[in-house]
Amino acid sequence: MLSRTASSLYWIGRHIERADFTARLIDAGLKFDMLPFSESPSGIQSAFEASGATLIYPGDKAKAKRKQIINFMCFDESNQSSVISCFGKARHDARAVRTALTREVFEELNEAWLNFKKVQNAVKNDDFGTFVSWVEDVVRGFEGALHRTMLRNECLWFIRLGAAVERADNTARLLDVKYHVLLPSKEHIGGPIDQAQWTTLLRSVSAETAYRWLYREGLVAWDVAELLILKQEMPRSLAACISEINLILSRLRSSNGRTGAADRKARAIENKIKGTNINNIFQSGLHEFLVQFQIDNNSLGHSIAEQFLF
Amino acid sequence: MKKTGFDEMWGGGNTRSIRKPYLSFAKWVDEVSVDEMLVRQASAEQIFRKTGITFAVYSNDEAEERIIPFDIVPRIIAGDEWDKLSEGLIQRANAINMFLSDIYGKKEIMKAGILPEDLIYANPQYRLQMTVIKPPHDVWSHISGIDIVRTGADEFFVLEDNARTPSGVSYMLEDREAMQRLFPSLIEKHKIRPVSQYTDYLIETLRSVAPPNASADPMVVILTPGPYNSAFYEHSFLADRTGAELVEGSDLFVKDRKVFMRTTEGPQQVDVIYRRVDDDFIDPLMFNPDSMLGVPGLMDAYAQGNVTIVNAPGTGIADDKAIYSYMPEIIKFYTGKDAIIPNVETYRCREPDKLKYVNDNLDKLVVKLVDGSGGYGMLVGPTSTKAQIEDFRKALLKEPHRFIAQPTLALSTCPTLTEKGLCPRHVDLRPFILTGSNGVKIVPGGLTRVALTEGSLVVNSSQGGGTKDTWVVDENNLKVVEE
Repeated sequence: MLSRTASSLYWIGRHIERADFTARLIDAGLKFDMLPFSESPSGIQSAFEASGATLIYPGDKAKAKRKQIINFMCFDESNQSSVISCFGKARHDARAVRTALTREVFEELNEAWLNFKKVQNAVKNDDFGTFVSWVEDVVRGFEGALHRTMLRNECLWFIRLGAAVERADNTARLLDVKYHVLLPSKEHIGGPIDQAQWTTLLRSVSAETAYRWLYREGLVAWDVAELLILKQEMPRSLAACISEINLILSRLRSSNGRTGAADRKARAIENKIKGTNINNIFQSGLHEFLVQFQIDNNSLGHSIAEQFLF
Repeated sequence: MKKTGFDEMWGGGNTRSIRKPYLSFAKWVDEVSVDEMLVRQASAEQIFRKTGITFAVYSNDEAEERIIPFDIVPRIIAGDEWDKLSEGLIQRANAINMFLSDIYGKKEIMKAGILPEDLIYANPQYRLQMTVIKPPHDVWSHISGIDIVRTGADEFFVLEDNARTPSGVSYMLEDREAMQRLFPSLIEKHKIRPVSQYTDYLIETLRSVAPPNASADPMVVILTPGPYNSAFYEHSFLADRTGAELVEGSDLFVKDRKVFMRTTEGPQQVDVIYRRVDDDFIDPLMFNPDSMLGVPGLMDAYAQGNVTIVNAPGTGIADDKAIYSYMPEIIKFYTGKDAIIPNVETYRCREPDKLKYVNDNLDKLVVKLVDGSGGYGMLVGPTSTKAQIEDFRKALLKEPHRFIAQPTLALSTCPTLTEKGLCPRHVDLRPFILTGSNGVKIVPGGLTRVALTEGSLVVNSSQGGGTKDTWVVDENNLKVVEE
């Protein structure tokens, strides 16, 4: 496969996953702010911080209002990671490599792009929920089209590889929202507000039911973190993402025989996750663990680009 | 009824009645309301937009991507009409290939004094490099688009030859698919000769011209300028349907006088490049040094016989409209026979007496740049304002050798769907002719382009023209329908 094609496919996977996550993250932030006694920084600002978008925000991030944050993260085309930029770039890449995609997959991305402005208007009327569920629909449609129509070959694997790398990063960022959001001063860890915040986090990634399935004794911060970091069963946990990355890399290895730094780094990350437990993680600091994971994962992304000559 | 030109459905002259190929279609039109047709047409355009069948128009920032308007009323050609046309097209494509081989080789046509030497040697499209390079299998214009116009029941003319990188074939194929989706029973009744085999013919043709030393399973790529090019959809469509790899210049490199593409598995050698990039841009070392679209060293690998470029560089000279005016003589010279499809009468402004005539009759003529295409740099006298004519006159008198003129033809019309129902609009026809080492292939019909504005003669998609599905139907089948 052309290296340019592989790169475009990989980035289609990443951008679609990022669009989905960004919409969900803001939704979680808005829901945090619906809880009583929320104090500054607000939920939406925590989401803003965790997304990394504050690093490139042109104004004063401390003064950014809800509307400005939503606009910057969803609809600002100068922000390379905004939802509109992600959909735009995925569609542009899909057009450039459409011979590598089925008609169904291309049409999902093309239609999302064509419908974007229409859906965006709903948000103006303070209806962010409609926008989030539309984004989720698009992503599900895209994934369904991948699953149902794409040949099981390199084209699909590069898309999935991009999606898995992005998803791992996103899950780490999501968990980190809790680090940024402060509890009201009279509240304590494990109290009702703390619990409600964890529930909101779970819901934002459609994982609340999954949690109830796996943990019978009610909501505990430890367990939420364990679910999203270590549980193989949970499709967006760090453990599941890194296993998928390794699986895809091994398939690519057997189809084109290329091995290198990406394989080594992916195995190292997987071993690190397998070799730890949630107590260790909390003891040495959840935030620090998540930050290190993001750094390792980012470095893996660079190695993938090098290994496949992007 | 006022007397107008020839209509594909109604015929010409004073006695207008539905022509045979349209009998069955006319019956259908009587049964379907205009509103219904408009609804179907809108849904066709929606499908085009959804599947990304778009076309970028240069110098129009607002509409980065447009769909080419699609008209649901087919242009129907009778089988026997087509068979004669097809024979003429094959004759012409063969003559063009022999002509190119000759002017870059033995130069017999110049020695015979058939056409002035400066028209060849001073032509910016004449590539001196090609006098020392032999394209594999001596095929030059592998893919030609020859534009045909009609003025009467038996009057077909060649309006233009496109021997560089003719585009539009994807619309020929997509229009048929759209019609099949929208009007299955109508299509079924007509037993239309199929066109979908075009992409199979194309890949067979491309593989057939691989360099003789290439492997038995040659690697074929389509070279595109990229997603911002106006015809990008077509490039990706053809890659999709032929299985050829769609590459940009930056995906290719030359090493040891061989061409490779950059893949995830490392370099992979390329044998045939169907390039949709103009000569000027294919190799910055040989042609335009500023080109970012091409591949440095490509011409060197080509000269070495390690890769085939389709169409060969230098074929553009056969598009030249001054050369066109000599095409009847060219066909006669190489095939020994008269041209089956005649040319449109053409005045070469490089000749002083013709220039005088053109200058005196600008308001009646169509004047074109000899190397222009896509409807750019063209004057349609009868529909232009005085000011436009005077502006054009200045350009003409400054560089008369750059222009030719033709009488304004009464191009045939074809019923076309408008808000007011079916109205006649002018059409032309661009069939696509494939020449490989295994002979010439052509699919029945081609792309019908239609000028959507009432009275307009400009059918180019870059100038607001639309397309129609083109049906070649056989009389035998039609008789069955009539019973």
